[in-house]
Amino acid sequence: MSYLTLTDVQKRFGEFSAVQDFNLSAEKGEFVSFLGPSGCGKTTTLRMIAGFEQPTSGTITIDGRDVTRVPPNRRNVGMVFQSYALFPNMTVAENIGFGLKVRKRPADQIRKRVEELLEIVNLPDRGGRYPYQLSGGQQQRVALARALAFEPQVLLLDEPLSALDAKIRVALRVEIRQIQRQLGITTVYVTHDQEEALSLSDRVVVMSEGRMEQVGTPFEIYNFPATAFVASFVGTLNVLKATVVDPARGEVSISGQQVLLAKGFEGAKDQEVRVAIRPEMGSLADRTGESSRLSGRVMDVSFLGSIVRIRVALEGGSNNGHDTDDGQVLILDEFNEPTLKLPKLEDPVTVSFPIDGPLVLDAKAPVEEVEALIAEA
Amino acid sequence: MTAPNPAISTTAVSRRWLRGSRGGGPGPTRSLAARVTSWVILVLVGLYFFIPLLATFLHSIKPVINGVPDPTLAYRTILGLPNFYGGLIYSFVIGILTIFFSLLIIVPTAYWVRLRAPRLRPIVEFVTLLPFVIPPIVYVFGLIRTYGGPPFPLLETNLGSDAVLVAAYVILSFPYMYRAVDTGLAAIDVRALTEASQSLGAGWARIILRVIFPNLRTSILAGAFLTLAIVVGEFTIAIYLARNQAFGPWISLLGRTQPYTPAVVTLISFALTWLAMGIIAYLGRSSRTRIQVAGAR
Repeated sequence: MSYLTLTDVQKRFGEFSAVQDFNLSAEKGEFVSFLGPSGCGKTTTLRMIAGFEQPTSGTITIDGRDVTRVPPNRRNVGMVFQSYALFPNMTVAENIGFGLKVRKRPADQIRKRVEELLEIVNLPDRGGRYPYQLSGGQQQRVALARALAFEPQVLLLDEPLSALDAKIRVALRVEIRQIQRQLGITTVYVTHDQEEALSLSDRVVVMSEGRMEQVGTPFEIYNFPATAFVASFVGTLNVLKATVVDPARGEVSISGQQVLLAKGFEGAKDQEVRVAIRPEMGSLADRTGESSRLSGRVMDVSFLGSIVRIRVALEGGSNNGHDTDDGQVLILDEFNEPTLKLPKLEDPVTVSFPIDGPLVLDAKAPVEEVEALIAEA
Repeated sequence: MTAPNPAISTTAVSRRWLRGSRGGGPGPTRSLAARVTSWVILVLVGLYFFIPLLATFLHSIKPVINGVPDPTLAYRTILGLPNFYGGLIYSFVIGILTIFFSLLIIVPTAYWVRLRAPRLRPIVEFVTLLPFVIPPIVYVFGLIRTYGGPPFPLLETNLGSDAVLVAAYVILSFPYMYRAVDTGLAAIDVRALTEASQSLGAGWARIILRVIFPNLRTSILAGAFLTLAIVVGEFTIAIYLARNQAFGPWISLLGRTQPYTPAVVTLISFALTWLAMGIIAYLGRSSRTRIQVAGAR
């Protein structure tokens, strides 16, 4: 049964529509991330759940209780801010105990709970310190402990790791997920970092221009993007110009080279479309089973540790009897292993990929619209 | 062979740079001319400040009785005058009431403007600057006309006159108090602290008293001491509202009848002001009010 529900939520600031038709049902204990670029409405939606913004229309319920018009201090929702927002005049212990003090819990109960949370966030001996005496990562742990201390029904995190450096960010996000699982608290996490969203969440809501583009598990979002925006925003993506050869058979021409897709699509012969291919789908080795191929010359080889990224300039070939040279580049990622033979610059190569690898990005949408979305992402 | 650790070497360079630039110069070393210029300016400012004080002090120890110098006469005289303590205490009480009501108006206003109505900021700033634009003499005649008779005959009683005096000083304190409080609010993330408090269940009263006020402590003290200094030395409004017992009018009247004692009072006023500044500086150093910006550590 749904624990946190947003139904037809809209938010307008004057003429500007910040959030439109937002519908979400999160289960108890579920970890949901809102992912999208700046200005997509993810933080506004989070602030509406917290009660800092009032929806223009729609309802928000938590455990069956309508909280749409309930002030933030009566919602029982914990929040962690990007800027930590710790009270500088209070010690770590006082910060964590603040919510309990507001609720007039006995002093010894507050002390016990603070100690328990300091253990959970791995800061057992820091209770007497002031926020300025802690590092950024430690401050954010205190902020998390403070938000959890009064046992909120829902935990909201607004880009909590953005102000931290990369190494601490990765370590802390693992800790956040562990603590969330340990406490089984329903959590909504806002981020513009796709890696964070995909690695942490049970489900991801991808947003753009105030709309929900797609809701799904990280696996679904990455492998089966529903819109051109999701495909281009999540993960690295090759978006190649293609001409439809036989839409019913799923045959297109990329830089004059015939490519067969897994299934047919709606479109007209000679229509220009965009085809998306993930870099990890391509391989320089010959594939067994049904696959398609694209030939070109190696432009660049980048060693990235666990993977090697190779940029291939596609060969013009012949398209309806005319040579084409449209300067299209295909990026492919090969897993690094000691036996891997790296090609040299200008080497002619053939990239093969499974026929279910490439996706036609909304063949019905005008090419300009798709390009604009990709540029924006 | 081990690779050099870039983190260590960068820190070492930063430390050397900081050591070299201590003293405010733009680079690791400063030219001799720049250093000499700094010292010359410092000495000139010091002389400008201390020479009048020294002259006042020398004047205060000048009294001669029957041809015998008596340098402590003016000091003994002042400390023996009952009106000295009465005037000082009266002005301090008026000052403390002024600070209380000024804070009661300014802190919630400045807080609300920052939190919910940033567009009103220029208007509020303009209103708080009005005491600089309207001369006190014009202001006090306005007060006398309004409160000197029916329907608001406040100036007909002592208590009413004191209330009008406090109200007038509250207005006079606005430019100092608003700026001090607003600067303090700028140093903390008001919105995030407010929202964090709200999400933890706190209502407005608790947010202002337990979160905002304590984090504005130094700013509030700065505004409060400036207000106190103005109130203690203010003359025009107090004299026209017939509050002759206030410290300002009392010093003025004293200066007309006695040659040396006003110098002593001036020195005492300076000492009190310096004491107040010292308290601000000391409390400002307190670690509890230091603000950490996200990610700055």
